[in-house]
Amino acid sequence: MQGFIDSLLATTTTGLSRELAYLGGMIGFGALVVFGFILPMAGITSWLERRVWAKIQSRVGPNRVGPGGFLQWLADGLKNLLKEDVIPEAADPTLFRLAPYIVVAGFVAAFVAIPFAGSLIIADLNIGILYISAVTSLVVVGILMAGWSSNNRWSMLGGIRSASQIISYEIPAGLSVFPVVLLSGTLSMQGIIENQGWAPVDWHMFHSPFTLAAFLMSYIALLAEGNRTPFDLPEAESELVAGFATEYSGMRSLLFFLAEWGNLYVIGAIMATLFMGGWQVPAFTDNVVLLTVAQFGMFFAKTYFWVFVAMWIRATLPRVRVDQLMSLCWKYMVPIAMVNMFGTALVMVVIPEGSRLMSYALCGLMLFGLVRFGRRVNYHLKRSRRYDTVGAIMPV
Amino acid sequence: MSDYIPVFFTLVFAAVIVAVMVSLNRILGPRTEANAIKDAVFECGNEPTGTAWGVRFAIKFYLVALLFIVFDVEVVFMYPWAVIFRELGWFGFVEMMVFMGILVVGYMYAWRKGALEWR
Repeated sequence: MQGFIDSLLATTTTGLSRELAYLGGMIGFGALVVFGFILPMAGITSWLERRVWAKIQSRVGPNRVGPGGFLQWLADGLKNLLKEDVIPEAADPTLFRLAPYIVVAGFVAAFVAIPFAGSLIIADLNIGILYISAVTSLVVVGILMAGWSSNNRWSMLGGIRSASQIISYEIPAGLSVFPVVLLSGTLSMQGIIENQGWAPVDWHMFHSPFTLAAFLMSYIALLAEGNRTPFDLPEAESELVAGFATEYSGMRSLLFFLAEWGNLYVIGAIMATLFMGGWQVPAFTDNVVLLTVAQFGMFFAKTYFWVFVAMWIRATLPRVRVDQLMSLCWKYMVPIAMVNMFGTALVMVVIPEGSRLMSYALCGLMLFGLVRFGRRVNYHLKRSRRYDTVGAIMPV
Repeated sequence: MSDYIPVFFTLVFAAVIVAVMVSLNRILGPRTEANAIKDAVFECGNEPTGTAWGVRFAIKFYLVALLFIVFDVEVVFMYPWAVIFRELGWFGFVEMMVFMGILVVGYMYAWRKGALEWR
């Protein structure tokens, strides 16, 4: 943010007024991000998610409000605004009211350290990634609070399940960050991105096989931390009637879901930053504004790709069982994450400058896998179209 | 330190979002008269018996919390090591191997004792 303000201010401004301009810029940009980006983005993600599921499951999805149902999220918000706000008599009223604040604060605070472009970040904290994993843990407190204060057995179970799940998956998620921190030697989000290049071979995920594995571990662990399918046991509708959110009505219940969709963006942004080169674009122009726009577009595209994959997974996979969830975490992901960390460290001490050949090989392997996958999808699409024509001739 | 001022302001903004939305809901939403059925907690249509706060939950949740404490403290110790790893080289690698070796012994003990089983 400071470099951006420097380029705007006259060179003569110095001292206190410059410090004030930095502070004002950071806070102003923070307000813009919170009110102008997070809220619409979380809403639009909810609409997009339903559209994506509908497409995958051969349904139509919300298509009435606005073009293609685009304004559905506003309609949903309005509808929740006009509902009665009920607090059960048996509940603990203070904690019941406090829980949404904690949950929303937990995910909004993460956006402070999430970069949007080279110079667009609210505050480039030097402990960036540690800060993000710390504040997103606040959500656990909020969920536990919501579950306990509802005085409802379903909510209680959902809250406790959620807490045990999130804290368990925090271990592999935390360990999977280490390969990246080892490579870049900094915790700052911008520093991690600057350590990579715009070309896929320069991304952290292709440094060695261990970082590629850490990348996959990281995504799985983050999905579990965000209570997403296939790890959405805390809010399992069919067993726990929405879990910790059972007793919440009106706007308060919507705030929990706002946090969930907002968290999706945080997950995508972490993946893009740590492993995929973040906002790095080839230096094609000297124009700062144009470059910033390109960087923002790049970062947003990478982030939204992971948001889309999360939607895709939710539309495809069934939920795991609770014992499978726990053994996956403690018996598989924790050891694998440890091996990844030491593998990366070993590669770094054996070949300190890194091996381009290995990066190219891994990149090629990934490309090969993607092409195979694309052909497979294409084959199945063709097959399903053939059956569609049969259905048209002989309606069932 | 001035980097952390925006963190405070962002938390204030988050609180503003929740406060505004909830109070708008209070103002715009309907208010029907309270009655025993509406104010009861949901229990699949049954009348709720007692409170949920007396429910005892399984010991395995405590085990998970204990394991989490052990591993999370370990992760915190590794952050400074990871940041300066390039300067440390082989020395840092061996040192951390020893540290992790001790931890892995504890991890294997927990595994053999069945603390990782979900029964």
